[in-house]
Amino acid sequence: MKDPNTAAKNQTMSVPSDPPGTTNHSSLPSFDLETPVNESPLHGLWALTNRDLKKWYKAPLILLLTLIQPVIWLGLFGKAMNFGAVFSGSSFNIPGLNIPAQELNALAGQIMQNTFGTTDYFSFLAVGMLSFISLFMAMNSGSSVVWDRRLGFLNKELSTPLSRGAIPLGKVFASIVRGLSQAAIVLVIAILLGLSVSHLTALGILGTFSALFLMVMGFSSLFVMLAVRSSNQDTQLMIVNLLNLPLLFASNAMFPAKLMPDWLQPIVKVNPISYATDISRQLLLGSTGMASLQFDFLYLGSFALILTVLGMIVSWRFLSK
Amino acid sequence: MAESVVSQQAGPTQSGKAPSWTVATAPRAEVLRIEGLTKSFDGKTNAVDGISFTVMQGEIFGFLGPNGAGKSTTINMLTTILRPTSGKAAVCGHDLAREQNAVRRSIGVVPQESTADEDLTGIENVLLCADFYGIPRKASNPRAKELLDLVELTKYAHSKVSTYSGGMKRRLELASGLINRPRLLFLDEPTLGLDVQTRAAVWDYIRRLKEEFHMTLFMTTHYLDEADNLCDRIALIDHGKILTVGSPSELKASIGGDIIEVQVQDGTTDLSPAIRTIANVVEVRRTDSDYRIKTLLGEETAPAVMEALRLAGAKVTKISIAKPSLDQVYLEYTGRSIREEHADSSSQVPHRGMMGMRRGR
Repeated sequence: MKDPNTAAKNQTMSVPSDPPGTTNHSSLPSFDLETPVNESPLHGLWALTNRDLKKWYKAPLILLLTLIQPVIWLGLFGKAMNFGAVFSGSSFNIPGLNIPAQELNALAGQIMQNTFGTTDYFSFLAVGMLSFISLFMAMNSGSSVVWDRRLGFLNKELSTPLSRGAIPLGKVFASIVRGLSQAAIVLVIAILLGLSVSHLTALGILGTFSALFLMVMGFSSLFVMLAVRSSNQDTQLMIVNLLNLPLLFASNAMFPAKLMPDWLQPIVKVNPISYATDISRQLLLGSTGMASLQFDFLYLGSFALILTVLGMIVSWRFLSK
Repeated sequence: MAESVVSQQAGPTQSGKAPSWTVATAPRAEVLRIEGLTKSFDGKTNAVDGISFTVMQGEIFGFLGPNGAGKSTTINMLTTILRPTSGKAAVCGHDLAREQNAVRRSIGVVPQESTADEDLTGIENVLLCADFYGIPRKASNPRAKELLDLVELTKYAHSKVSTYSGGMKRRLELASGLINRPRLLFLDEPTLGLDVQTRAAVWDYIRRLKEEFHMTLFMTTHYLDEADNLCDRIALIDHGKILTVGSPSELKASIGGDIIEVQVQDGTTDLSPAIRTIANVVEVRRTDSDYRIKTLLGEETAPAVMEALRLAGAKVTKISIAKPSLDQVYLEYTGRSIREEHADSSSQVPHRGMMGMRRGR
């Protein structure tokens, strides 16, 4: 392993201020000090991201649970809460008013189309589930920062020339990769379970995942920011529990916004999850959206950009006490 | 060789006026210069209170003090983890406040507790550190392998750190801290909680780093024997303030030489005046029938003491001569026995989880 080349170099490679005559380096690491180090502000970003990802893809149990979780969600919510079944498959037989099953089904279909933008609730929900599962991944990035602080790993990072901005970005990119991978699994399982595929295109899928990318980026930065000074795991858990379901239900991911009460509508309209879901439904199901695709992307893009920049600034300033 | 430096350094450390910032005539390069460094966490009390000292190239500098004295806080400031509240420092010639990245590139850190990622393998951890410094894999791969070889972890390089023993983790930290070939290595309590054998091994590594790498080492410890054995110079710190700086032998000499302890049979009469008349006796303290005599020459004074006591009509029942130890230096300066601190720290060792949680500071 010690090739003669590096060993020879080593003789003349002592730190500049070392006293001369440091000859016997035989038992010491023959450091190749001539390969220049990378001093770019974002050096080490991939190493940080990959470190977090290794905890996931190198742990078979966690990977398996990651795969099972979407199946459970899709099965429970998507198939069990079948709104379509409420209307269809039976006939009304009220004296004086006889609606045959066939007509009722057609009517139900129209109601579903009007309400959910698609004829089956499963498709509606499965697409919303893409946002949902990505959001949950984004929320974990905060507690990951807290763990690093408590285990001293953060201190190690802070004593190296890693850019203070790269530390939160590593967390953000790791949760993006995990979030999008889970979303991809959800999509595949949803198709297997009967998601309507009539509108599915490669470009549509690409657009959907770009939207999810932006959404996870923004939320992940937000949760990293909330955790930047915290060394308390429980606080992080409380914050996540406080925010996850309200964020989800105050969006159009599970239920169409237009059926929600007036006071909730403005909240849905500012919730970035609504825009990610809106993009997904337009691109994957061909639904009519609440806004144009351009506006959706512009909104999500600004959300991601602002929060990421803010996250980097906050980390730069507050990671060191 | 450190002695010539010491005499220059002993002066400015406690005097209020700041010495000149430039180094012109120093025989060796200054690696670390600290002036009035202060850290306050709550704005009222200072965890580190205006400390000043210098560390020279190639020294092992010991930072000795009880738990909570401010040792780790100082290291955390010097390694850019904490921001100083006030004061300034030059690390390897780089200003701590303004040239943080240059400081970070020239130092290595071996923290008190293991900071390795337990889900990764040993070599993955070392390579991860290399990535933090932007060292390309072409260079970091051979470095990591050789460093693991140096700390004798080659066999376990591909095992997860969660399977490592405490000593192995400490050695891994050492390998990680050396990955950027630092000029100055900070070691925070390098042997805390290690068994005797592993402690000796760590001491050996530290000596090799100094002798073979010509590295400068800055280590904190609350083990007196460790400081005595390893360090060229020692700074005593307590309550965030530097009490004294010097080589172990200087510090021992500073407390006034040897100690003779005498016990006499009858404790009712005070024999101190008789003892004080003996040549070379510096100080006499009496507790009933026990006398603690500070003297410059223990072996010569002891017979004279016995003779004087016999003439005074007292019967000596016990006599001992103690050469000054850092223990006594410590007691002299802090007013506390380090043994109390030992008991403190050893009771903490089993609760590694708790210690991990404190790390947040």
